[in-house]
Amino acid sequence: MISFNQVFKRYPGGYEALKNVSFEVVQGEMAFLTGHSGAGKSTLLKLIAAIERPNSGSVLVNNQNVGVLKEAALPYLRRHLGIIFQDHKLLFDRSVFDNVLLPLQICGFDSRESSKRVRAALDKVGLLKHEKTNPIALSGGEQQRLCIARAIVNRPTILLADEPTGNLDAEYAQAIMQIFKSFHQVGVTLLISTHDTTVLQDKDIRVITLKQGEVQDPSNVAETCNPDLS
Amino acid sequence: MMHTLPPFVAVIRTAFLRIFSSPLAGLLNILVIGIALSLPAGMYILLQNAQSLVDEISGPQQISIFLQQDASTLEIEHLQKLLSQNEAISSVKFISRADALEGLKQSTGLSDVIAGLETNPLPDAFIVTPKSRDASYLENLRTSLVNLPKVAQAQHDTSWAYKLEAILKFARIAILILASLLSVALIAITFNTIRLQILTQRDEILVSKLIGATNGFIRRPFLYFGALQGLLGGLAAWLIISVSLHMLQSPLNNLSLLYSSNFSLHSLSVGDTLSLLLFSLYLGLLGAWLSVSRHLTAIEPR
Ligand SMILES: Nc1ncnc2c1ncn2[C@@H]1O[C@H](COP(=O)(O)OP(=O)(O)OP(=O)(O)O)[C@@H](O)[C@H]1O
Ligand SMILES: [Mg+2]
Repeated sequence: MISFNQVFKRYPGGYEALKNVSFEVVQGEMAFLTGHSGAGKSTLLKLIAAIERPNSGSVLVNNQNVGVLKEAALPYLRRHLGIIFQDHKLLFDRSVFDNVLLPLQICGFDSRESSKRVRAALDKVGLLKHEKTNPIALSGGEQQRLCIARAIVNRPTILLADEPTGNLDAEYAQAIMQIFKSFHQVGVTLLISTHDTTVLQDKDIRVITLKQGEVQDPSNVAETCNPDLS
Repeated sequence: MMHTLPPFVAVIRTAFLRIFSSPLAGLLNILVIGIALSLPAGMYILLQNAQSLVDEISGPQQISIFLQQDASTLEIEHLQKLLSQNEAISSVKFISRADALEGLKQSTGLSDVIAGLETNPLPDAFIVTPKSRDASYLENLRTSLVNLPKVAQAQHDTSWAYKLEAILKFARIAILILASLLSVALIAITFNTIRLQILTQRDEILVSKLIGATNGFIRRPFLYFGALQGLLGGLAAWLIISVSLHMLQSPLNNLSLLYSSNFSLHSLSVGDTLSLLLFSLYLGLLGAWLSVSRHLTAIEPR
């Protein structure tokens, strides 16, 4: 489903954010992506959505090399992905409802079907009673859940979440993980970046660890869970 | 269940709301477009009025056809038929040589002199009124009439028509230049308005691109905005012209009374109005399109 093959990513300044990254997430799998701050987690997720392009190596999504995808094909790739951004990227000029509506408008759904889907998504993350609120009036955790609602409203086959539980207390974090697991159960492929150690305790879920832009050997996972920042 | 286009009406509604999201700025923009358009369009309509005023004062254009002396009654009848079948001619009047002589007698007071003539020196004649007043059209018609059988001469007074034509041509070109310059200005206004819009909607554009919006989807509301703003500007221009003409009508009535004419100003025809609206819509659309092509590519998510 998602497969990285010897991927290197160097930013314009010359900084190597990813070095020789290879891994695979199979269809329907749920995996965590962890690593210290600046390890390259966000960069890796951006490569999957072709927001950034690799300098070498291939990034396959549904067997399609998205690193070389034409500009005009990008929208159709992104419609299959649900992305929860680290910085939320909510729009504060419109209501909670309209934020979640945007992906459906983009895909051209008619308004009755859209309303149904938006309400279903908001209900799932417990924000239905806030549908008319401006997202600026939501708490951090509520904004986080709003991002999830917007990412899932289009029923994506792949969900990418960048620090979805960052800055949340354990209870909120747990609730959000529960939502992700319910998607996992219906066959959605998930890749979730996090450095929330309590979340990472779950032994059923694979953890991919990045360190200085390189994938760590799974046998060292225990060590890298508590990142050595020196 | 799926549409390839978002509902048409919804997009227009959004564009409408955006224009008036700050009502004063929106109205001012439309007013500026309206004034700029009303100048050349208003001059155009005044020119048309001037032309019909001139037509009214100068009376209908006529061509006099003089026949050869030996034309028989049969030949004259044949010629009359030819003339009345001619597409370019709206009316034909026959004046026999006897009638002409009688007319001359009464109008000149030379009855004694005329009574002394042994034979009538005047030829039979037709007076025809052409359908168009265009100078070159008249000249073409005249030459074709000369070549008809038994026609000796065909005459009309061209100098007046030619002079008028030259003046009108000058005025038309002046209006055309003005219209072109103001059109460029209108495109620039829309270009800039859309640029500001794109800047204020930067976040929305970025997020939309991130979640799968095509360039077309992002472009569309801006194009609708430009087109709608242009259309409303065109409506404003129409209103300005109609009100101005209405205000000019009553002083003109007094004036035409003095000239014992009943000339009345005519306003933009339905065709003119449609052209004005379509043209202003197109200018707005063009300005928006140029702006969008220039500014949207600069917004790429990273
Ligand atoms: N657009 C950019 N231009 C230049 N350098 C960048 C850019 N984006 C990220 N980097 C650098 O690449 C490295 C990896 O960044 P990235 O955002 O992927 O880290 P991360 O693992 O997501 O960190 P965090 O946990 O803090 O979000 C960082 O050192 C960062 O400075
Ligand atoms: Mg990050």
